[in-house]
Amino acid sequence: MEWASFLQILESTIRLATPLVFACLAGLYSERAGVFDIGLEGKMLVAAFAAAAAAFATGSVWVGTLAGIGAALLFAAIHGLASITFRGNQLISGVAINFLASGLTVVLGAAWFRLGGQTPPLTGDMRFADAPLLDLFGITDPNPVIGLIFGHSILVYVALLLVPFSAWLLYRTRFGLRLRAVGENPAAVDTAGVSVVGLRYAAVAITGVLCGLAGAYMSMALSAGFLREMTAGRGYIALAALIFAKWRPWYCLMACALFGLLDAVAIRFQSIDIGVFIIPVQFTQALPYILTVIILAGFVGKAIPPRAGGEPYVKER
Amino acid sequence: MDKMPRWADVLLVPLICLIIAFFFCGILIWAIGQSPVEALTIMITGSLGSTYGWGYTLYYATNFMFTGLAVSIAFQASLFNIGGEGQATLGGLGVALSCLFIPWPHWSLALAGSMVAAMAFGAAWAFLPAWLQAKRGSHIVITTMMFNFIAYALMNYLLVNVLRPVGKMDPASARFDEVTNLPQLGEILALVGIPFSTRNPANISLLIALACAVGVWVLLWHTRLGFAIRAFGKSEKAAVYAGISPVRITLYAMMLSGALSGLMAINSVQGEANRLLLNSVEGAGFIGIAVALMGRNHPFGIVIASILFGFLYQGGSQLALGTTIPREVIVVLQALVILFTGALPYMVQKPLERLFVRRAA
Repeated sequence: MEWASFLQILESTIRLATPLVFACLAGLYSERAGVFDIGLEGKMLVAAFAAAAAAFATGSVWVGTLAGIGAALLFAAIHGLASITFRGNQLISGVAINFLASGLTVVLGAAWFRLGGQTPPLTGDMRFADAPLLDLFGITDPNPVIGLIFGHSILVYVALLLVPFSAWLLYRTRFGLRLRAVGENPAAVDTAGVSVVGLRYAAVAITGVLCGLAGAYMSMALSAGFLREMTAGRGYIALAALIFAKWRPWYCLMACALFGLLDAVAIRFQSIDIGVFIIPVQFTQALPYILTVIILAGFVGKAIPPRAGGEPYVKER
Repeated sequence: MDKMPRWADVLLVPLICLIIAFFFCGILIWAIGQSPVEALTIMITGSLGSTYGWGYTLYYATNFMFTGLAVSIAFQASLFNIGGEGQATLGGLGVALSCLFIPWPHWSLALAGSMVAAMAFGAAWAFLPAWLQAKRGSHIVITTMMFNFIAYALMNYLLVNVLRPVGKMDPASARFDEVTNLPQLGEILALVGIPFSTRNPANISLLIALACAVGVWVLLWHTRLGFAIRAFGKSEKAAVYAGISPVRITLYAMMLSGALSGLMAINSVQGEANRLLLNSVEGAGFIGIAVALMGRNHPFGIVIASILFGFLYQGGSQLALGTTIPREVIVVLQALVILFTGALPYMVQKPLERLFVRRAA
């Protein structure tokens, strides 16, 4: 493989891994606090729609971003209500949220824009600038390596910075310690006089904000507008990455980079001929899921989820 | 008495959840500038106003009966199988292989062969997640979800590279031989003198689905294995103490669940499409979750909930034909049903319980 196409693959890996990083970190906060979230996909989808719709209506990418975050927060609130306040089944709530997003985006989109569920294409200020850093330095024709490092949308750098920030927040702050504790042993946190419900709601809200950013990136940076079902299973891939990373921030980045790379390779090559036999593209597409099952099976290092995950907390009386 | 009467638990709770879901959907339809009443009228006449509509309603209902029973049998063992989609996909593969490569002399034998193949393939696809859960403690929700995606990729590969006839563009298998075509519901009902449209896909699979519902009921409440499954679902510790092997029950419950999901393919693949398509399941595996929750995890409840969802799906497509309301409004309704019956049970159930208890006191 020659140098240019190698760089192209790296370039699209970064672009494709970014929404995964947002969503994976989103899941990290929620699940570390003991709230399982298989509704990442739905929150991303509704955020992508709300972002594109608001950006088109107002002409501003920033209003779009806020709308995306708002929509994802609303869905996160439903999940929080179901799984924290009403102590329902967190997995079923996640399934419901995915369907809600999938149906609602098409119904509202078809009614508002009359384009069968998609938004009109976003142009100019309705989208994130392709390479704001290059514009800032006045570089118009960057060499490929400079382009690879500095030629991305601003959200790519936000996602990258969120990884060390999350690691710091979770492992170096009081809030992080409590958040992790509430996912392992909520009764201990409660005994210490800290609100379990409050912490879990905070975690679920962070999840909402990050899913909002993931969705905003999907519809206003990666593409120019919302398409129905545009997240196409990325929320599930992010969930797989979270397990692959064993619920740790830096590993999240690596898992997302790996899955982003697989995605980039699958898009660029239909089948890969490695001499002995041909790897079909469908295998590359399925690989993230296969790897996750192997990791879950514990044959290559065991992935142990937060101990109190999935269980609603009931205060002793 | 600190519990509400059984009829309230079984009938009133799902009904209230359904009414709330309909209410929110009505608001949604009103908010996009359409008339909810008109929409409901179109749905009812389109799906229940003619035997043609009924045929489609029952065709969809048949799919949902299989997947709903599948979800519920796993639920009884307190396993959440969201892999119905993948298991039904594999069931479709089994049906297609049986119909394509075995020269069946008669439809009845073809149906028997397809059923065996569908159940075997569906159960096989559920085996690995079940084994991983039982032996390695891998969370069944995540593994079955991953297996859905793997099944889709596998099917995509097989249809594009292996089963696609030479010279065809779309990823689908060749048509099955006409011998394998199943008798339609209209033809069966004509035998007993009931006039029923034959221009719809409802077929003999409906009767098999109903038989399965009875079978599941017998299995769960009148056999040793059923007792073991339910005991395991109620309390793993107590079940182990009673000598029930958790590994065996997990495997049995999940493989039964997978077999039922797979069986859906006799309706959709052999009964309707007569060839294997890429997305032959069309989300029915997930609707099974809503159906199982709505039917209160009981086979007879599931049959009724399936017909309800069949009505919603047929009504939804009529809505898309007759108005500018997209059929995805049904997906919203389905999401709300799952949310209220499955994730927010205490929101409806607890206040209702309190109401009954106060009246009794």
